Order: sequence, then structure tokens, then C-alpha cells
Amino acid sequence: MPTVSMTVNGQPAAGEVEGRTLLVEFLREHLRLTGTHVGCDTSQCGACVVHVNGKSVKSCTMLAAQADGAEVTTIEGLATNGELHPMQAAFKEHHGLQCGFCTPGMVMSAVDLLNTNANPSEREIREWLEGNICRCTGYNNIVKAIQAAAGQTGG
Amino acid sequence: MYNFNYHRAGSVEEAVQLLSGASEGTLMGGGMTLIPVLKQRLANPSDVVDIGGISALSGVSEDGGKVVVGATTTHAAVASDATVQAKIPALAVLAESIGDAQVRNRGTIGGSIANNDPAADYPAALVGLGATIRTNTREIAADDFFTGLFETALGDNEIITAVAFPVPDKAGYAKFPNPASRYAVVGVMASQGPAGTRVAVTGAGPCVFRAADMEAALSSNFSAEALSGISVSADDLNSDIHASAEYRAHLVGVMARRAVAAAG
Repeated sequence: MPTVSMTVNGQPAAGEVEGRTLLVEFLREHLRLTGTHVGCDTSQCGACVVHVNGKSVKSCTMLAAQADGAEVTTIEGLATNGELHPMQAAFKEHHGLQCGFCTPGMVMSAVDLLNTNANPSEREIREWLEGNICRCTGYNNIVKAIQAAAGQTGG
Repeated sequence: MYNFNYHRAGSVEEAVQLLSGASEGTLMGGGMTLIPVLKQRLANPSDVVDIGGISALSGVSEDGGKVVVGATTTHAAVASDATVQAKIPALAVLAESIGDAQVRNRGTIGGSIANNDPAADYPAALVGLGATIRTNTREIAADDFFTGLFETALGDNEIITAVAFPVPDKAGYAKFPNPASRYAVVGVMASQGPAGTRVAVTGAGPCVFRAADMEAALSSNFSAEALSGISVSADDLNSDIHASAEYRAHLVGVMARRAVAAAG
């Protein structure tokens, strides 16, 4: 079986995988990083979003082998020294979650949005979240949380 | 998903070698279609040759007045590229409308056109702008490339390396997206320039096609008004749970007028 090695949340990680092993399986089952969720498993819902080389991707639709040599960041890698990432803190403050299942993917997508567009409009936020589905339909507070994390008043 | 041997090719030559050495090999760009297909066990390749990491195939450049997009350039990279935005803004608009942000970060132009999904956006861009597909062995005009439902002119072990777009004087893209998948129920690219006057329709039929009556009307008067009264026959158009053939025929007219209006 092929061996893959990558940097996950700043730490080296390696393991033997099959060709068909998905990145999300490697993260959850090999590394036991279970913060990344599998929702639909069809690249629609976005619960599995992580960052690969700084870009948000759906880890259920990427092979572990494709991430060989990459820098991967999961929801577990956002907080530093016990301090929530500002996006996590904003989701907490503005109650940007109900059941919480979609939250890791929402937060990872939102962080990528602000990395590429530091001051998005509400429309741009909502369009960016097209690939993240919240079945509690808690979108309004999610949008407010992202606006607050972007430093926008009224968030 | 059935298991397969995974290979990461470092060059086009290596990819050809790996493909020809496999009993049933398949290429992968970003995998945004291939991985879902494999998950559903709709394909069972012995070997998957990943060309997404070949850096020589990625990026946008200008070459002899054409905008050349490397085969493994992602949709996000096309949408945000300064050259594309300056020379062919309609192409940036089209790329930005594909799927969602995460799909655009992985999906590639080469993968999309090699797959030739009838509801994909890029076929409309290539035919509507009169692009040329460059492969490891030849150049193919977009008009000759898309040959049918999920069918292209690509031969065995032929690999797309880039797509060269002539710079139009005017071009616009309008799309009626499926609200769930963002695939085009109908998408129309209209342009005028060195490649002539073109109206290319995706999503409506089994394969991208040009609307000749609309092109004739626009060639002398490139305006939305010139399209009034021109209808497209519903014969041979797709009919499914998302839209009937008649509704798609109607949408072709609406999207064509919006595309021309967007072209300015």
C-alpha cells in the first residue's frame, strides 16, 4: 500500500493508505481527528471542509494520496494555545450554530473566505456558503458571526 | 469505491507512460467528477493517473494575442486571474459560477472539458469563444472537440495540456443554474470578435451546440433586441425532473438575451 505523508495542523503525519482512501478517512480514522465531519459524502454539504495548502476543499472528495506532501489544516488546528480562533469565537458569540454538525465545515469555509476577501458583503458571504449546508437552517446567525469576525459592525 | 492503483505523474510524458501501461487507466485533474463517479461504482479503473500536480500545466499566459489557460488551472484560479479578468471577463464570470468555492478550488478546466458533462459551463465558453484545445499531440478546434454526451474527440492516451482563447471584442455569459447543484439548466455564451459571432448553449441538449439563427441575427446587430422573436426548437433538448424540453428551449432565448446584454 502507498505511504502518504503530510503536515496536519503543523505536525508531520504519515500512514499507509489504499489508492481509494479519502482524505477525510485518513484524517478521522488514521489520525483520529474527528472534528472534520462526514455529512453527505457527495461533495454537497461541506461538513468535511478542511484547508489544503491554504485553500478550502471538501475532504470527502479528495484522495489522501492527492494530499501527499501538502499542508492540511483541520478545525482542530485553528485554536492556538487554548484560545479560540477569532472565527470560532465569533460563531460562539453570535450563536452561529444549532446542532453543531455543519459547524466545523462552516468555520473552515468562513476562514478561507476572509483569507481571500477580508471585507465581504452579506451577499458575498451567502454566495461563498453555497457549498455548506446547515439543516437546522441557522444561516442568519452564521452570516452574522462571519460579519463580526470580519470586524463589521452590525454583525 | 473499488480500489485502484494511484499514480501522481510529474510530467505529461510520464502520464502517457503510466496510462499506456495500465490495463484500464484513467486521468484525474482535480477529481471533482471522477471521485464521485468512483464512489458510486460507476467506473472501475485499474489505475488512476493524477495529473493535477503537473505545474507546467497550470496557470494563465498570453500567447500571440490569445489567452492560454493550462489544463490543470482550477476554476478559482481562472476566476481570479488578472489577465482573464482584463481580456475575457465573461470567462472569469463563468468560472466563478461553477459549483461552489471548494469545488472551484479543486476542479480544473481540462478535467471539465474532457468529461464533457452536458450541463457543465466550460463547453459553452470554449465553443462560444472559439477556443482551441491543445493536447500532447495536436490542436483541436472547440467546434470539433465536443462530439456528444460525455464524448469528445480525444484519442487514447491523449492528454489536454491547455486551452487557447482568442480575445473577443464582446462576450457575455448567462446561466440559469440548478439551485442545488449549480450545474447549468441552460447556459449561453455569446461573443463577437476574431472567432466570428458565436452563441453557444450548454445544459439544454445532450451536448453543447451553437444557435445558428441567433448568430446570424447578432452578426449584423449585436444586441439583445436583435434576438427578439428568435426561438429554439425543443426537439432533441433534454427533459428531466429539473426542466422540460420546452422550458429549456424558452430559457435558451432568455439566457441568450441576458448574455448579449451582459456583453455590453
